[in-house]
Amino acid sequence: MSLGQGTAIALGAKEMSHFKRRKIKNLISMVAATAATGVGLFFLCWILFTLFNRGFGAMHLDLLTKMTPPPGADGGLLNAIVGSLLMILVSTLIAAPVGVIAGIYLAEYGKNSRLANTIRFINDILLSAPSIVIGLFIYTVVVATLQHFSGWAGSIALAIIAMPIIVRTTENMLLLVPTEMREAAYGLGASQRKTVFTVSLIAAKNGILTGILLAVARISGETAPLLFTALNNQFWSLNMNQPMANLPVVIFQYAMSPYENWQGIAWAGAALITLAVLSLNIITRAVFKQSKY
Amino acid sequence: MQNIAADNIAKPDQGYRNLVIAERKKNNAFKVIAISMAFVVLTVLGAIVLSLISGAGPVYEHFGWRFLTSTTWDPVQHIYGALPAIYGTLVTSLIALLLALPVSFGIAVFLTELCPLKLRGPIGTAIELLAGIPSIIYGMWGLFILAPFLSEHLQPALTEWFGNLWLVGPLFQGPPIGIGILPASIVLAIMIIPFISAVMRDVFAVVPATLKESAYGLGATTSEVVWDIVLPYTRVGVVGGVMLGLGRALGETMAVTFMIGNANNISISLFESGNSIASLLANEFAEASNPLHVSALITLGLILFAITFAVLAAARIMIAKAERKEGSR
Repeated sequence: MSLGQGTAIALGAKEMSHFKRRKIKNLISMVAATAATGVGLFFLCWILFTLFNRGFGAMHLDLLTKMTPPPGADGGLLNAIVGSLLMILVSTLIAAPVGVIAGIYLAEYGKNSRLANTIRFINDILLSAPSIVIGLFIYTVVVATLQHFSGWAGSIALAIIAMPIIVRTTENMLLLVPTEMREAAYGLGASQRKTVFTVSLIAAKNGILTGILLAVARISGETAPLLFTALNNQFWSLNMNQPMANLPVVIFQYAMSPYENWQGIAWAGAALITLAVLSLNIITRAVFKQSKY
Repeated sequence: MQNIAADNIAKPDQGYRNLVIAERKKNNAFKVIAISMAFVVLTVLGAIVLSLISGAGPVYEHFGWRFLTSTTWDPVQHIYGALPAIYGTLVTSLIALLLALPVSFGIAVFLTELCPLKLRGPIGTAIELLAGIPSIIYGMWGLFILAPFLSEHLQPALTEWFGNLWLVGPLFQGPPIGIGILPASIVLAIMIIPFISAVMRDVFAVVPATLKESAYGLGATTSEVVWDIVLPYTRVGVVGGVMLGLGRALGETMAVTFMIGNANNISISLFESGNSIASLLANEFAEASNPLHVSALITLGLILFAITFAVLAAARIMIAKAERKEGSR
């Protein structure tokens, strides 16, 4: 009895130290994981704080009423804001129908065929292809052919960036619609087209809208593909055949300049873009949460 | 009565039959439209590759494969070599990956194993918002806010700690000016953390709860569950996510353009200025007028596309493999 107890205590002590070591190791790992999350959140807050601090300091009503100024003069961002909005609108109008219909093909027609799998793979590659290469492509195909930079070229470059995002989300959202709903439509004698338009698309419409909004958010901040497609324009212009002012490129040029008033305008523009992109992201999440599928 | 009914079935009225024929036509037409839109995706990628290859022609005729190994980039003398830009692209991306990997892993572990359920959504969203911030904003923040901090605090400290060490010392010697290879890598790391941690979190969520619960039931600690159960189970997906982040870093333009210093040289010191393919394109392409200069830049674009294509393709295949595991469980 006493012997048994003795071994039990001895074993216990040995196991205790082993147990303690494991416990300490666990504690260290978990503290490190928490700290990593802290690091991520810290940078988010730091960047947002900087934008808030510098951007809203330079925010002025002139931003919305005046054109981009020459060095040293007062001015705003009106032409750049309008140019950006116009190009985002045009590129969404190009990318959304193509992307949604291609997504319908993948989810409803192609499914697991070899062609659909190939297109899915290629689309995933396009989804994360370097955006500056897309700009280069549009330069060689559109700008070099027409011999001048233009708002159209910028819009097409943005559309190519938006399209794969829309294809991907449309397919994913259609796949969430239960097969039973389609079968019910087929059972009533509906054709595949009718089923797609009256059942699948209606059920998935919030999700698809989410994808389009996400694509808009993504292209709103894209700078690289516009550098040698839309270029920039210091003046008011709605002519899509001419170089077109846009927020990202103006921010780039003004931030890299040595003039203090330009840098101030760049910070204000940066705050505007970030505000727009982040609110789009948050609105998108809210819309998506409300949808059933 | 029965006869009338049979008649009706045998001879549906003409209007209904027309409706069926019209719907069948519409149905086929839409199928054709759907397939052709799907082909747009294929065509775009094919056109990108073709246009870059044809743009690279003059450089290949002029320099041949030497273009890849030459270190001189001199638009005035019309001598072009891609090595400094390729070096800068690869080195900044790899350092960014080394810095981002442990942090992303920590975030994914925190979000899947530690975080109270109520906070998972908000914290996950906050990290994802970090991915939504446009890259030009990272560049501006890096240049105006982070660079002064690095040059005053981090770089002198790094030189003091590691500058005299054997082998790695030269990496940390150099002018602490806040822009260069290392500062660009740090900003890149911050940018790819949300991508890598999001993929890791998603593949960690694939691990069957019963596996983890059995380990906990045997008395395993959380860290043992992560290292011995979750990681082995999700290895392929994790590597895929990391490569996805690497693909992002390789092609990133604006943030690097702000931070890297834009000098076409290769130096051992990580504090020295360098150049990446994307930032060289952003700086020179709009002003390039000489056909050979344009062709050299397009060739750089082709090289960048080839590198990212390889990395992204590998990443996608690995993630798809990891997801199939989920389906077959």
